[in-house]
Amino acid sequence: MIATAYSVPSIVIFVTAALLILVGAIGVISLRHPVHAALSLIMTLFGVAVAFVAQSADFLAAVQIIVYAGAIVVLFLFVIMFLGVDRREGISVEPLVGQRAFAALGVLVTVAGLIALMARSHWVSGVMSVSSAGQPISTGQGNVKELGTAVFTTYLFAFEATAALLIIAVVGAVLLARRERTTQPEEVSS
Amino acid sequence: MNWLASVDPLYAHGVTGVVLLIVLIKVLVGFGVLMGSVILMIWFERKAISDMQSRIGPQRWGPFGLLQTLADGMKLMFKEDLVPAEADRFVFKLAPYLVLVPALITFAIVPLGGTIHVAGHPIMLQVANPPMGILLMLVMSGISVYGVMLAGWSSGSKYPLLSSVRASAQMISYEAALGMTIVTIVLATGSLSTHDIVAAQGHGIWHWNLIRLGVVPFVVFLIAITAELNRPPFDVVEAESELVGGFHTEYSSIRFAIFFLAEYMNTITMSAIIVTLFLGGPAGWVPNISHLRWVFPILWFLAKTVGFAFCYIWFRASLPRLRYDQLMDLGWKRLIPLSLGWMLIVAGFLVARGWGFLMAALVLIAWTVLTRAFEIGQGRESGVESVLPMVGERPLPERKLRDASEGEES
Repeated sequence: MIATAYSVPSIVIFVTAALLILVGAIGVISLRHPVHAALSLIMTLFGVAVAFVAQSADFLAAVQIIVYAGAIVVLFLFVIMFLGVDRREGISVEPLVGQRAFAALGVLVTVAGLIALMARSHWVSGVMSVSSAGQPISTGQGNVKELGTAVFTTYLFAFEATAALLIIAVVGAVLLARRERTTQPEEVSS
Repeated sequence: MNWLASVDPLYAHGVTGVVLLIVLIKVLVGFGVLMGSVILMIWFERKAISDMQSRIGPQRWGPFGLLQTLADGMKLMFKEDLVPAEADRFVFKLAPYLVLVPALITFAIVPLGGTIHVAGHPIMLQVANPPMGILLMLVMSGISVYGVMLAGWSSGSKYPLLSSVRASAQMISYEAALGMTIVTIVLATGSLSTHDIVAAQGHGIWHWNLIRLGVVPFVVFLIAITAELNRPPFDVVEAESELVGGFHTEYSSIRFAIFFLAEYMNTITMSAIIVTLFLGGPAGWVPNISHLRWVFPILWFLAKTVGFAFCYIWFRASLPRLRYDQLMDLGWKRLIPLSLGWMLIVAGFLVARGWGFLMAALVLIAWTVLTRAFEIGQGRESGVESVLPMVGERPLPERKLRDASEGEES
């Protein structure tokens, strides 16, 4: 049933996107060099954008690249370059004792949960898109309207709460980083 | 597949072999046009700069020195291809393409003319009309940041590294103002696609976004795009007097040529994008000559684009380079609030006149508060003692330097 729901082009696109996402994600955690890891992250983000386009979510795909690849990872790289973190760190030393056991447990629970959800819920339905009939809700330009309506009506509270959270984070970071100096040494002002 | 037809009438009867051939020809013609205009642009820039500086400029190869660029390209190709010993080899070789490919792709969304009919197929004179439209330009400029950044970092040399740190901060800062002005245009047009943006401006000069949205978004966009291009007066990324050659100091041979090519490609593409967004693209007076009506929109488009290309050259010849902190001040303290405020005013007027005036009043109040905040912030010293060296050991703040130097002169 599921196999017949897909056409050949969509399978090719899906496999390409999945490969980009997975290879990138594995690269992020396995590459030793921080800059290379950041580049792998960009590859993953591109894979996600391809997957969005395949789902007719063009606007989300564009925003994904503009915001995540175009701004956030650039800031990662900026910090890596500016602070000179590009030395290889020894990963044989555990910073937190017992961290690995907990990490393994976490991975196990997540993977088991995902498999259970996929096996028992409607997540795997074989349809191409999230809407009911297997057709996208809106294509191309309609994306913006649908998304805007959803964000500013149904999910208004979550949207505004996220905005407030981001503002608080920015103001907090500025407050922590910029401490006013009240007294000034005399030799400069002369 | 049915929604493809809403994007481009060429796909109305499905994707057939002929349609694919037409698309392939469009891509090749677009590529050829861009490459040809890059060669002309480099020649034009060198000639115009020479004129402004009372020099002659290239004149040896071809008529008026037109083939000088080809000669330079040949020379660069036969130069030795160096990779510094300290370089990160993979990223070093990847970076030029991260600059070149976005420069090529952005040109694809520019409408060069109207729609022509060849053998029953309606052909839009633009390589592609994707549903994400003008956002593609922002996407591509976001990627080209990586090219510049990684080129500088991977060279394993200090000046390119400084350049790439500057580039990343500068290009991200100005992208915000750029995005905000694009939002203003998209709000007024009601569509993301460049074809629709041009079509909405096609009813005469009063419908051009330049005039319809007030001149402010145009000015902000022109400044922001110049900074995004790293063209003078915003070329702190490759400031020759401070950073040798900037991010491409360590590059030689064909890789250097690619950076050079991409820079001029971007200049042309961004001139074309400005024309598309603010000056109606191919819109203009069309005389009633049968069979030749499709030529005039292209000529209008070319004339406008060449005008902006000349503007960039003019900037380079006449404006001194901004200092890095002035550049950041202009971006964050002037352009971003201005473009955000103007977007709110335009959005208000689009809803109703009353809302527009209300928004204008609110923006004015916010502007006053912001100006006052900048004034207060200007006179203060700040910083964390544990990170910065002691005050006596670090360079004096510019305000004090200025006071001191003015004191000496008087």
